[in-house]
Amino acid sequence: MKIKTNKIKKVSKSSFTIYGMVILAYVIMQILVATGSLSSLMEGLLVPLCIYVILAVSLNLTVGILGELSLGHAGFMCVGAFTGAFFSVATVDLIPIPILRFVIAIILGALAAAVFGIILGIPVLRLRGDYLAIVTLAFGEIIKNFVNVIYIGTDKNGFHFSMKDAVSLKLEEGGKVIINGAQGITGTPNDSTFTAGVIMILIILLIILNLVNSRAGRAIMAIRDNRIAAESIGINITKYKLMAFTISASMAGVAGVLYAHNLSTLTALPKNFGYNMSIMILVFVVLGGIGNIGGSIIAAILLTLLPELLRGLNDYRMLIYAIVLIAMMIFNSSPRAIELRERYSLKRMFAKKTKGEDA
Amino acid sequence: MSFISYLINGISLGSLYALIALGYTMVYGIAKMLNFAHGDIIMVGGFSIFIVSTTLGLPPLLGILTAVVICTALGMTIEKIAYKPLRKAASPLAVLITAIGVSYLLQNVALLIFGANTKLFTSVVKVPPVTMGEGQITISGETIATIVVSIIIMICLMLFIKKSKAGQAMLAVSEDKGAAELMGINVNATISLTFAIGSALAAIAGALLCSAYPTLTPYTGAMPGIKAFVAAVFGGIGSIPGAFIGGILLGVIENLSKAYISSQMADAIVFGVLILVLLVKPTGILGKKINEKV
Repeated sequence: MKIKTNKIKKVSKSSFTIYGMVILAYVIMQILVATGSLSSLMEGLLVPLCIYVILAVSLNLTVGILGELSLGHAGFMCVGAFTGAFFSVATVDLIPIPILRFVIAIILGALAAAVFGIILGIPVLRLRGDYLAIVTLAFGEIIKNFVNVIYIGTDKNGFHFSMKDAVSLKLEEGGKVIINGAQGITGTPNDSTFTAGVIMILIILLIILNLVNSRAGRAIMAIRDNRIAAESIGINITKYKLMAFTISASMAGVAGVLYAHNLSTLTALPKNFGYNMSIMILVFVVLGGIGNIGGSIIAAILLTLLPELLRGLNDYRMLIYAIVLIAMMIFNSSPRAIELRERYSLKRMFAKKTKGEDA
Repeated sequence: MSFISYLINGISLGSLYALIALGYTMVYGIAKMLNFAHGDIIMVGGFSIFIVSTTLGLPPLLGILTAVVICTALGMTIEKIAYKPLRKAASPLAVLITAIGVSYLLQNVALLIFGANTKLFTSVVKVPPVTMGEGQITISGETIATIVVSIIIMICLMLFIKKSKAGQAMLAVSEDKGAAELMGINVNATISLTFAIGSALAAIAGALLCSAYPTLTPYTGAMPGIKAFVAAVFGGIGSIPGAFIGGILLGVIENLSKAYISSQMADAIVFGVLILVLLVKPTGILGKKINEKV
């Protein structure tokens, strides 16, 4: 009994450390902004930082907790971004309160991404490993291509949809084009703020950390560690896999909505919603430690700030990402490296046991 | 008439996919890993030929030979440094993520060395084009060369695996690494050889890819590489004739959808095919069903 209570305490303690870390970072940043000691460049980075943190944490749910590699995370982000921006532009005159509109946009973006998560997840989660990675990669590319050829406009007769060009929407006078093919969505209200971003991070952390420490979370991790064993003790593989995948997708959708409302023009380019973006998020997850939620947050912040602070590093940014991926994987997963690390940390572990008991 | 010319263009593109897919399927079938960097080795091959035959002005054949040597060495080095330490890793994701890292590394090193500007590649193929049907249909020399080369390579690979000792060792390693080792097969050397052959094929694919589409950037190999993987899955991954059939079919599908449906959606359709194949017959056209062991 005693062991059990200790364990729960430990779990909630580590969760509170993560929440505390985020809130502390928020307060420090707000003080820096208020005193004007932050450069405009840094101030412009605050919302993207929140977006990257959300993306990293949500991808970690798929890669770390579920144990499947998704290379289409940017695709879900794209779905969320376009849904949210479409809603905001369409209702900018109808809903005058920005906060209400933004909240609805976030919910819609998350829902849309979740729907895509389910549609993709049902067939794809039957696959494993390499196949899943390739299919999610393909999904990201399909979404990006698709968004670039759709045109949606509105006039007093309602919405018009076309996949050819803006003229074939046949809008009446006074109508406006909302999604203009490759030109994307223009005039999205700038609703994303640092505060909104941090609130979303906290909500997402609350969901993920509670999920991980719940019955469902343990089932998901059991599937990751041994699928056949999990199945044989009666865990519904499809249900839990789909659950984790969909939650992860909807969170990427939230990040997309924040992204869309941080820019006035939203277009789907290889740069923002392509394969490279998915890889970048993966780098955050790998550097932070696969399965380590707090680590993802730190890695996302670190890898976003470093190239901005050290301007000279910017040219080598992608190269550094690549090296981080290879080096971290070999260091963390290679049997020989694990053996080496264990051998050399044994002494330190004994030293820590006496000192680190109360930490 | 236009349908036939679209079809021929499709077969031309498809034979390139087939050639790349052969390399993929070799490595996947034997080392059981998805070598994400295969497409980027193709790019390295392209740049090697570009330097030797365009910058230095040496004969193209020498360029191809240099590319084969460089790519083979590169493939073996990558295997030694990045993949081998992770062969016995607990998580199957480890080696996959590393492969993505290697692919990214090759792209970005090439970007730093050669810059992002598109290089114009001079074709290394010296086969005259064939004209048919009163001059309405032209089959380019590159197309003929690619089809012939990929058929020859396919037959050679099948013979190599069936008849040679090293090929039989590869089959044994792909079946069961532990048992193969007990039978006295050097597993490390066999996997190394697989990567060497796969990378040499990538160099040849690079020569033909850059001849057919004469532009060269650090990202040249990435997209064809991924599509060739789709082709390999389509045909049944691990199967050599499957890779060939899958490649040709995929090229035809891509070109016909470009012509008749939408040029922007062609990629989406190709990937849609992948999802469909994996749903209906996950082992592909010629693949074998593998039962999972507990």
